[in-house]
Amino acid sequence: MVNTKIRLCGRELDNPVIPASGTFGYGYEFAELYDINCLGSLSFKGTTREARFGNPTPRIAECSSGMLNSVGLQNPGVEAVIAEELPKLRSCFHKPVMANVSGFSTEDYVYTVERLDGEDNIGWFEINISCPNVHGGGLAFGTDPKNAAAVTAAVRNVTAKPIIIKLSPNVTDITAIAKACESAGADGISLINTLVGMRIDPKTRKPILAVGSGGLSGPAVKPVAVSMVYKVYEAVKIPIVGMGGIATAEDVIEFMLAGATAVEVGAANLVDPFACKKIIDRLPEVMRKYNIQSLEEITGGAHR
Amino acid sequence: MKQDICLIVRNKEIAPSVFEMIVEGDGTPIKKPGQFVNIKLDGFFLRRPISVCDSGEKSIKLIYKIVGEGTEKLAGMKEGERLDMLIGLGNGFDVRTSGDTPLLIGGGVGVPPLYGLCKKLVAEGKRPSVILGFNKADEIFYEKEFSALSDRVIITTVDGSKGVKGFVTAAMNDIPYSYIYTCGPKAMLSAVNSAAKTSGQFSLEERMGCGFGACMGCTCKTKSGAKRVCREGPVFVREEIEW
Repeated sequence: MVNTKIRLCGRELDNPVIPASGTFGYGYEFAELYDINCLGSLSFKGTTREARFGNPTPRIAECSSGMLNSVGLQNPGVEAVIAEELPKLRSCFHKPVMANVSGFSTEDYVYTVERLDGEDNIGWFEINISCPNVHGGGLAFGTDPKNAAAVTAAVRNVTAKPIIIKLSPNVTDITAIAKACESAGADGISLINTLVGMRIDPKTRKPILAVGSGGLSGPAVKPVAVSMVYKVYEAVKIPIVGMGGIATAEDVIEFMLAGATAVEVGAANLVDPFACKKIIDRLPEVMRKYNIQSLEEITGGAHR
Repeated sequence: MKQDICLIVRNKEIAPSVFEMIVEGDGTPIKKPGQFVNIKLDGFFLRRPISVCDSGEKSIKLIYKIVGEGTEKLAGMKEGERLDMLIGLGNGFDVRTSGDTPLLIGGGVGVPPLYGLCKKLVAEGKRPSVILGFNKADEIFYEKEFSALSDRVIITTVDGSKGVKGFVTAAMNDIPYSYIYTCGPKAMLSAVNSAAKTSGQFSLEERMGCGFGACMGCTCKTKSGAKRVCREGPVFVREEIEW
């Protein structure tokens, strides 16, 4: 019997597979298709202090082996998430979840985390300081080590739950940001958020996305993500949640060898709603193939 | 929604760049006309959403137009090949509010979902009238099929090469109707809304990511807040839409 269990910031997960924020809603659409309790955890749709409509459409453009999105953090706001979305999520998913939080000021992050902190099914906070699709927030915190540390420290003050900071790849040196977050009290780092990209339609001679640029995700970004996980693993001691184009059980192994303790699956969910389940079902077979007895032993294996 | 690997049994051009495809596969997740399927194609990352023209328990009929690389690939597929589809997506047309004499208005590739709707309305004892709008005579398809269901099928063409000259709205005033069902380009829907004398249901279109409500890619504004075209739509009640 192979062992797929891992520990993330003190909590045990049945397996390292976590649907990434923004690709899985609040879980219940997928629960109509299969029992989502097979998941390690689930990172719910990025939540902000106030409700957000997001960006104008088109918000989606396809690319080779991936996609661009410019959704812009559409969500019903933290109060509606607590009142309407979390009860529905609880009824179909019985494990601790990751609360993905975004903001436009340090106060926003603090407010939203404080409001969510009392929710018993939240096991971790994933603080998104890396959304490329909103102005004046998100990414602005994730591209400067000082700002990243300030948000981390402020959130650290208002919750005892583990906080994982989600980092942007759109920086010169991701390890500097990761180290700043670690020093400011982060319990973990998740990476990568999407890479800024654009597509132009030759017929209209205009960008396909209404706001011009968007975030690139899918298999196209996987080597970039693996490389960044590898580098951050050498820079920090706290656990890493790796993501970027994961679509197969082999991809999970690859990210873990690079240094990830757990992984998130994003764009793959949008193409195949069963993607996470298929990855989890195949993990034992792939572990046996590569002679892995216990998954948690391989984290950072490529560095040894 | 269900996933099925469907067998192509027909894929034939019925008008320039417009193809009728019939697949054998699980049609049971399709509960209402106006719903759609989302098709995985080799070499493309995202699926392609295509509205359902008609369906049975084991068969699904689609009519699509080549509008890009994905639909071009689809058009090149042969009978006997298989397609991975998510079936029964979206919220289709509700026939309960139709009244006895509903009016169906389709423009171009907005025509196909109205065929299944027309069949259903006739099966429920209603007497639908139909306006089908095209750019020109050689683009017309499904006139005969609709005529078998309704004795009032009016064709409009923008260039006047067949039927009433002009847009679909040019034919709307001459027909008494109890309710409107419509699908077509955004400008057409907007014009139909302006000319409409009754309530109705409008099928909207938007670029989609997943097609089943997860990514928030296709959100539109409605009077009751943000809605997903792929999930709460594509069919919306006229009064709910923000024009």
